[in-house]
Amino acid sequence: MSDFWEVLVDPDIGFLRAALLMGLLASLSFGMTGSLVVVKRISYVAGAISHAVLGGIGAALYFQRAHGMEWFHPLLGALLAALLAAVVISLIRNSGFEREDSVIGAVWAGGMATGLVFIAKTPGFVDPMSYLFGNILILSGTDLLLVAILDIVLLVVLISGYNRLQALCFDEEQARLRGIAVGWYYTLLLCIIACTVVLLVSVVGVVLVVALLTIPAAMSGQHVRSLAGMMTLASILTFFFVTAGIVLSFLADWPVGPTIILLAGIAYLLQSAVKRLARS
Amino acid sequence: MSDRNVIECKDVVVRYGPVTVLDGVTFSIPERETLCVVGPNGGGKSTLLKVLLGLVKPQAGKVRVLGMDPAKARQHVGYMPQYIQIDPLFPIDVEGIVRMGRLKGNRFGFYSKDDHAATQRALQEVGLWEQRKEAFMNLSGGMKQRVLIARALVNDPQLLLLDEPTAMVDAHIEAKLLEHLQELHNKMTILLVSHDASFVANLVDEVLCINRTAELHPVGRVAGEAVQELYGEPVKAVLHDHGHGKCECHPEHGKETSADE
Repeated sequence: MSDFWEVLVDPDIGFLRAALLMGLLASLSFGMTGSLVVVKRISYVAGAISHAVLGGIGAALYFQRAHGMEWFHPLLGALLAALLAAVVISLIRNSGFEREDSVIGAVWAGGMATGLVFIAKTPGFVDPMSYLFGNILILSGTDLLLVAILDIVLLVVLISGYNRLQALCFDEEQARLRGIAVGWYYTLLLCIIACTVVLLVSVVGVVLVVALLTIPAAMSGQHVRSLAGMMTLASILTFFFVTAGIVLSFLADWPVGPTIILLAGIAYLLQSAVKRLARS
Repeated sequence: MSDRNVIECKDVVVRYGPVTVLDGVTFSIPERETLCVVGPNGGGKSTLLKVLLGLVKPQAGKVRVLGMDPAKARQHVGYMPQYIQIDPLFPIDVEGIVRMGRLKGNRFGFYSKDDHAATQRALQEVGLWEQRKEAFMNLSGGMKQRVLIARALVNDPQLLLLDEPTAMVDAHIEAKLLEHLQELHNKMTILLVSHDASFVANLVDEVLCINRTAELHPVGRVAGEAVQELYGEPVKAVLHDHGHGKCECHPEHGKETSADE
């Protein structure tokens, strides 16, 4: 543990501080968006968006290296792909198409396949592992800045749109009767999820996103009487899992993303077990 | 058509694909009357409500609510769905649900003082002000239904639409709900959907029997033949008065106790 403190306070080694700061920054939007995903029961949509992100990352890497488009940062590619997936899925749903789930599956796998092809064709060696399973410890200063901006935008939208987003998730029919453009708000909700997923990808990677988005919110839902309470508690839990995951992975030399998810998963299991015991 | 009718439907036809759900439905409700819509499951009761709310556009016919297009009239209409339509796991308290009835339009923003005051009035009206901080998921069925009535009342509507107010509710709670409705009876026009006309016999002025087509009956006559014709099989009358006076028929029908469509 003393190693951890030494590295944390060493002025020449910034990666741990950056990772912890990133975890703190992102936990708020994770907890808030995750709660919306859980109460609206659309974790499969979040899954599709997160896997589509790999397509954007792959494309960005390819164009950066093969065509010298330096400005095409992988995070920018991720954001574009996530927003595209969100818009496609919401348009399909708003049009009342009956095979919505098939489209979601196609976006899910198609996005990933696109990313893998781009990565295979990118000159030089690209290790897809850090994109698939995340690595918060290799974030650059640019990453942190992008993430901070995205996080602030998300918080502003989530807080000012809270009442209407809650109405959309609680009772769509009533929301429509109150003059709320439910279709537009659904698109907005998916775009919020898309931005959050991009933040999450840098922490836990494409494949593990859904777990970190839903587990803290699902754990919180049983102890609160309001969506705002669920969001607050979920944010605190997310921050705890991310921080504890970073520390544990540092000490045990485990990959960070999977460590965070394992911690969250174990906590969820324990909570369910305790609840079951208390009932019997 | 008279100006004083709150609802006017003329030859309304609704089809879902090849299925005709409503076929030439014509009726009207004058101001401050209470109408009960009865009919078998799948007979078009819920569709009629959706037409009146402007959520379903009829293929033919004319619908006016408060003299307006139904979609425009919404602001003055209170609507209570069945509570079973609502996710039982959603973390929200009583007050939060009722306040949501005050949302208006798309603009981002927060609730005003007026919204909070209206929420308080509506909750006091249904006798749930004390329980305002309780989680919706922990309430009994009857209380959940009252919360949704309060949400429907929170904008001082001129017309109240209630979908199966007594579905999944125990008999003694049913009686309590009836008391609440009786208090509202003289303040506004009420249209309520029920497969149990007896529950509201003292309350309603007319009964609309609906099974693809619709027929309006004054309350006294709905017993016996009309109901049998509607359900297509003999129907037993059940004494059912909760101490509120006389009662009407109660269709003992195969799917009668189910949760409706």
